[in-house]
Amino acid sequence: MTRPIPLLLLGLLIAVPLSLLAGRVWLDPFAEPVPNALIILTELRLPRAVLALVLGAGLGAAGAAMQGYLRNPLADPGLFGIAPGAALGAVLSFWTGLAGTPWVLPLFALLGAGGAMALLGLIAGRTGSALLFTLAGMIIASLAGALMSLAISLSPTPFAMSEIVTWLMGALTDRSWREVWFAAPLTLAGIALLLKAGRSLDALTLGETAARSLGVDPRTLQWLMIGGVGLTVGAGVAAAGIIGFVGLIVPHLLRRTTDGRPSQLILPSALAGALLLLVADMLCRVLPLQSELRLGIALSLLGAPFFLALLLRMRKDLA
Amino acid sequence: MSNPAPTSVRVERSRDTARGISTSLDANGTLVCKSIELPGRLGGVSITLNQNEVTAICGPNGAGKSSLLTSLAGLVPLASGEVRLDGELMASLALDDRARRVGYLPQQAELAWDISVETLAGLGRLPWNMGIEADRAAIDRALSDMQLEDLRFRPLSKLSGGERARAMLARVLAGEPCWLLADEPLANLDLAHQIALLDHFRALAGQGLGVVLVLHDLAQAMNRADRVVVLQQGRVVADGAPEQALSEAVIAKVWGVSARWLGEAGARALVI
Repeated sequence: MTRPIPLLLLGLLIAVPLSLLAGRVWLDPFAEPVPNALIILTELRLPRAVLALVLGAGLGAAGAAMQGYLRNPLADPGLFGIAPGAALGAVLSFWTGLAGTPWVLPLFALLGAGGAMALLGLIAGRTGSALLFTLAGMIIASLAGALMSLAISLSPTPFAMSEIVTWLMGALTDRSWREVWFAAPLTLAGIALLLKAGRSLDALTLGETAARSLGVDPRTLQWLMIGGVGLTVGAGVAAAGIIGFVGLIVPHLLRRTTDGRPSQLILPSALAGALLLLVADMLCRVLPLQSELRLGIALSLLGAPFFLALLLRMRKDLA
Repeated sequence: MSNPAPTSVRVERSRDTARGISTSLDANGTLVCKSIELPGRLGGVSITLNQNEVTAICGPNGAGKSSLLTSLAGLVPLASGEVRLDGELMASLALDDRARRVGYLPQQAELAWDISVETLAGLGRLPWNMGIEADRAAIDRALSDMQLEDLRFRPLSKLSGGERARAMLARVLAGEPCWLLADEPLANLDLAHQIALLDHFRALAGQGLGVVLVLHDLAQAMNRADRVVVLQQGRVVADGAPEQALSEAVIAKVWGVSARWLGEAGARALVI
């Protein structure tokens, strides 16, 4: 079933040009050209839109694959501890005062993500059990979180502290082509790995033993998941900080449009994640606030009521 | 497959598909395990199973029945010993090849997502790479064998227990295995569905499949199996025709229950 894909493509077709025009300075193609319109378009709006698309696609695909892997509709790509690992790396780059140097922050973040991935593989990599894997992810997440708090509390200057805190909230403000150049290939490679895991995720619908009887190698699957989620989430955090809820909401909304197999959910989730992040970022830009609303905060504000609605529906089903 | 064909015709057709690939149903295939050990669960089990037979694995709780089944299916790494499928070492088979030849039906019918009967059966085709046409034919055949054609678009959550059990079995059959290993397939089914399912298993053995069932109901094993393997504390204590393997003496020794068989062969009842 590919019903949602054409609709999502149509949505993107409308949203992308709109996002290029919308912002603090509106670019009206039919009016008198704004000064510096070309620069705003090519150096600010376009990289930002591309980055939103890429990161949203990565988060959506990672969420769909995670939910399939853990066989849980409430699983989130953050569960593996890769996002906190990447964030820890980024925080350390602020802490050491090197964040101002180009490439250092994303490099540190990617190293953090890589470290979390290696730890995951080391702790749980031998059995291929999803339960152990999740627990390992939670250990890594809490450890990275604690170290992050430690780094913030010991931060050398109040300025560094405020920089860290702001950055952690996640945003696409003032991102340039540089972020696109490293985030796009990594994210696309990650999505490719997740798509490759699709068949095994389908088999996992029947439980781990039955999946093995269908020829699934749990360890190969685990490496595909570590690689896929690590690349998409790691690149996302390195480029934009922590952006939650996309990987949770998107697959959930789309599940009913598929035949229920996890493999069929990955691509639509990537498209819908791209669309969601693009639109959310556009709204952040045009909302008439004193300073721009942080994207990470906006999505969390969106995510909480979504979660509540989900819970209420589940409660009704249980009653 | 819209017009209902008599069972025998369907049998021939499913044999034809199976033949010519790496597997062949009419061969006298064997599944052999030699002194396999799993620490704490199996202690040196050796048995030789034949295709065309329904073999029941019986034993009290904790005797190692499920462990033996998953070992025979090649799903657990053995501490020692070996499993051979038609003479080939199970552990050295390619995963897809093994998956095509040995179908495994787990005890708990876990289903993470609420998929339709047809999609479920389609999961059985995952080890195959023969194109959509072959998949469709195998799925249709499995659904019609299990009389699920009318329910094919129904989600699993909307099925009764018996329909669900049939759908799960259809998933394994869609994979066109030579061996069907099922862990307590009769659990949670009422008597009529138990009998219907056992009839299916008998028919499959008649088609040339090797059928291995973990069974709790000794009377069903006595009446419907060609062969019974009795396990106790990870060891084989009886192996042979049901009449011998499940004799009153064995039942007294293994289950600690003095019971008597009443009735004719094929319709025996166990009286405690």
